[in-house]
Amino acid sequence: MILPPPCPAPLGCSSRRELEAQTGSTMGGTQTRVTQLDPDLVERTGFSPEQINNLHKRFQQLSENKETISRESLNRIPALANNPIRSQIIEAFFDKRNQHGSEVGSLEEITFEQFLMVMSHFRPPTVEMTDEEKEAVRREKLRFLFNMHDTNGDGTITLAEYRKVVEELLSKCGTIGQEAAKEITDAAMLEVASTNVPHMGPEDFYEGITFEHFEQILKGLEMESRMHIRFLDTATVHCGKS
Amino acid sequence: MPARMSSRAPAGFCRSLPELGLLLLLVFVLLQGSVFPHGADASADTSHHGGDGCSSTHVKEINRTKKAFPVLSFEYEHIKTPFEVSIWVLFASLMKLGFHLVPRLSSIVPESCLLIVVGLLVGGLSKLIGDTELPKLDSKNFFLVLLPPIILDAGYFLPIRPFMENLGTILMFAVVGTLWNAFFIGSLLFAVCQIPAAGLTHLGLLSCLLFGSIISAVDPVAVLAVFEEIHINELLHILVFGESLLNDAVTVVLYHLFEEFSVFGPVTVLDGFLGVISFLVVALGGVLVGAIYGIVAAFTSRFTSHMRVIEPLFVFVYSYIAYLSAELFHLSGIMALIACGAVMRPYVEANISHKSHTTIKYFLKMWSSVSETLIFILLGVATVGGPHNWNWIFVTATVFLCLVARVMGVVGLTFIINKFRIVKLTTKDQFIVAYGGLRGAIAFSLGFLLEHEDEDMKHIFLTAIITVIFFTVFVQGMTIKPLVELLAVKKKQEAKRSINEEIHIQFLDHLLTGIEDICGHYGHHHWKDKLNRFNRKYVKKCLIAGERSKEPQLIAFYHKLEFKQAIQLVESGAGGKLSSALPSTVSIQNIQPKKPPPAPETRERVLPQLPKAREEEIRKILRSNLQRTRQRLRSYNRHTLVADPFEDGFSDLLKKQKMFELEKKIKEMNNYLSVPAATSDSPTLRRARLASDPQSYNVKPDADGVPTIQVELASPQSPDSVNIVNIVDEVKRDREKDEDMGLTMKPPSAPSKQGAEEDAKDQQKLMRCLSDPGPSADEGEDDPFLP
Repeated sequence: MILPPPCPAPLGCSSRRELEAQTGSTMGGTQTRVTQLDPDLVERTGFSPEQINNLHKRFQQLSENKETISRESLNRIPALANNPIRSQIIEAFFDKRNQHGSEVGSLEEITFEQFLMVMSHFRPPTVEMTDEEKEAVRREKLRFLFNMHDTNGDGTITLAEYRKVVEELLSKCGTIGQEAAKEITDAAMLEVASTNVPHMGPEDFYEGITFEHFEQILKGLEMESRMHIRFLDTATVHCGKS
Repeated sequence: MPARMSSRAPAGFCRSLPELGLLLLLVFVLLQGSVFPHGADASADTSHHGGDGCSSTHVKEINRTKKAFPVLSFEYEHIKTPFEVSIWVLFASLMKLGFHLVPRLSSIVPESCLLIVVGLLVGGLSKLIGDTELPKLDSKNFFLVLLPPIILDAGYFLPIRPFMENLGTILMFAVVGTLWNAFFIGSLLFAVCQIPAAGLTHLGLLSCLLFGSIISAVDPVAVLAVFEEIHINELLHILVFGESLLNDAVTVVLYHLFEEFSVFGPVTVLDGFLGVISFLVVALGGVLVGAIYGIVAAFTSRFTSHMRVIEPLFVFVYSYIAYLSAELFHLSGIMALIACGAVMRPYVEANISHKSHTTIKYFLKMWSSVSETLIFILLGVATVGGPHNWNWIFVTATVFLCLVARVMGVVGLTFIINKFRIVKLTTKDQFIVAYGGLRGAIAFSLGFLLEHEDEDMKHIFLTAIITVIFFTVFVQGMTIKPLVELLAVKKKQEAKRSINEEIHIQFLDHLLTGIEDICGHYGHHHWKDKLNRFNRKYVKKCLIAGERSKEPQLIAFYHKLEFKQAIQLVESGAGGKLSSALPSTVSIQNIQPKKPPPAPETRERVLPQLPKAREEEIRKILRSNLQRTRQRLRSYNRHTLVADPFEDGFSDLLKKQKMFELEKKIKEMNNYLSVPAATSDSPTLRRARLASDPQSYNVKPDADGVPTIQVELASPQSPDSVNIVNIVDEVKRDREKDEDMGLTMKPPSAPSKQGAEEDAKDQQKLMRCLSDPGPSADEGEDDPFLP
């Protein structure tokens, strides 16, 4: 446990830093490290200082006070054990594509900042957003989903990748699920192909769902408002439960 | 507005002669039906019950003396009630039918308005004739007969997901909003009544509050009628509609509370407290009663597999009993019905047959639409027939206050709600929610039920209620559609949910649950997941018979979809599989990654070309060959699962035989092949060329057990000679892949790095097209699957 260095003199503190330091001080201990991290973390991730503090507390709990978090730490979360798509969720945290950068590939361990970056995909949209901003948020969220499906990162979701997804979804249902997964994926892929490329000759081949097609099929789902979770604003995180 | 309407509706009818005739006939029949009673009564009296007049005894005596058997007797009284009810139902249905035959009419004016106008016309005509025997909108019949089908229809087909997601907002509007409306309207009306000019100073505060509680509730029937037509987005629809359903509990409690107090003296704090308790009892009790009956109904449906024909009946009867049971204790019957329908539906649907499901759907829709039609027509009739006491000040104040209270309530509550909502309600949304607050027949019936010592008072109330109903239904109901267009409020997506959307909804649910778990706080998704798991583990096992209880939602959805498409196929008279039901030329072949995709577009390519006829023939062979193997894969569904191992062995045999045949054919054809150069080439040939390229060969998994044909590459010097062996080889390769990979293909390799080396690649392509083993640049390990 690194002891919190005292906050510099108020004059040196930006107002945001002050706020962070204040909220952090109520929780004691390690929170001030957040303020030590990137001061523009708030801007880059869009989280409020309180939310960052809460997430940081959780991060430390998961990583057992280390700087980085590994796949095993996430795998150990008991509540995740029943999640059929657990491996994909965990993998998404270690995917470089979800770090708002242009890099591809996967990481072995992620820092708190990277953890925050992934989490920031799940922020709810705000009411002040213009339509263009909303559209951007929607695309970004869809891109996150797309990346989860497109495991090899080639820009298309192939039949095999799609089937993997469905199989995972049905993985709790035994063999019936696995058999059905094939049919469902075939039907789903066929649907994508026929909505996006309505006329194909018998020789043509639909290679997989591109991002544009992905957007097209999920148009009706209003991802921008659907894909979010409620991040706690207050300092009360029920972290003790897991 | 009503006057304008009444002049418009006939004008619409005059446009086409048959409809005019129909209308006239109907009015005639109806008047006959309603005029008849007198004549019928008279004749019945004289022939049977009469004892006072000499004529009747005379008839009797004649009967006795002649002893003639009455060949034809006439006894209207015997059939009067059911006959008149049937005539009314028929009339209402024909009216509904008529509106949709008139072009454009139904797109301009909501049906509810037209029906009220028809009711007004009928009422007016009968008044002109001087007959007052028209049926009134009897409160008892309304609540016990007309209302339940509409509510059950709404409850059974309630979109549970958006409803639960917005439950907080809905409850806020339904409970707090209705309370606010009732007290605001009631108390301000009391203030208005104190104005001496109104002449209503004798009206007490409690009477005003009672009136406020009646008039404040948004009416589900009116809302449904209007909102069904404007196709507003799901969120707004469920907000307004949900509010109209759930405010019933508030209305019931307030109504009974104020009615009690307006008769029996002053209110104490204790009474207020008891009122709150009563509200909770009424609302939660209603839900509980409904849920219990719903579970019992679901449990009953578990055992109906041997008696399919009466399955739908259970749904109706249990729901109706739930409604009546709730009404028995003055609980909220509407909430009981909603809960009953919503609780039983998922389990019942899994248990009953598809036909029963269709029956339930159609019966509910039919009943509710007939009920709705009758309600509106009778409302119109009652308006003309009923006693009125038009008090300008009171009526104007009521309409004005209703509007003001609604707007203030919605805006104020939204301000609070938006603090907690993730998806905020915009100003547009607020406007539509406020504007969609239509009042309807429930308020009218409640007003009718009033037992005020002062008849005059009741009439004033009724007149004001009718005015508010007419104002909201006509003015708001008719303008809401243009306003929705004008404000560009988001509309509902009409499309049915696709399998992809279902997959992604499920995926998202699990994803969000997972993210919440990683965040370490337990939000909505976490608890929803818990509930789902409990439902799957225990409840479904009890309530759903057989294997279907274990069926996960996604598979159930898929099977439903599959079934629907199969039905469509059968109906359209075409045979075949699921894939051909889709309205496009895309078939399962197009998505199965069994053959390499067309090679990249190359403009400068000069490639040999087969003559059209030959090419066509080769293509045909290739295609039939490919398709046949695929057909086997296509039939690979749950019905043929058992036969699969055998099929594999069988197909091996088939494969060999086919291979042999194909080779023979191509050998024959080879004699004719002499190919001139051409500028473009077909995808088939392109693939053939590509397949002959050793560079792209290497990356493909080579199948063992099949003799590989060594390809003699055409030399660059003679590009016009193509070896047909390439094609044979390609066919084989395709088939190989069919057999080997089937539906479990390997993931494609890394993406091609396009962009900067575009020029270099073109160069390579050209070289490769000339069947030269291309340079082993990065293209080498590129997958030929990729364009």
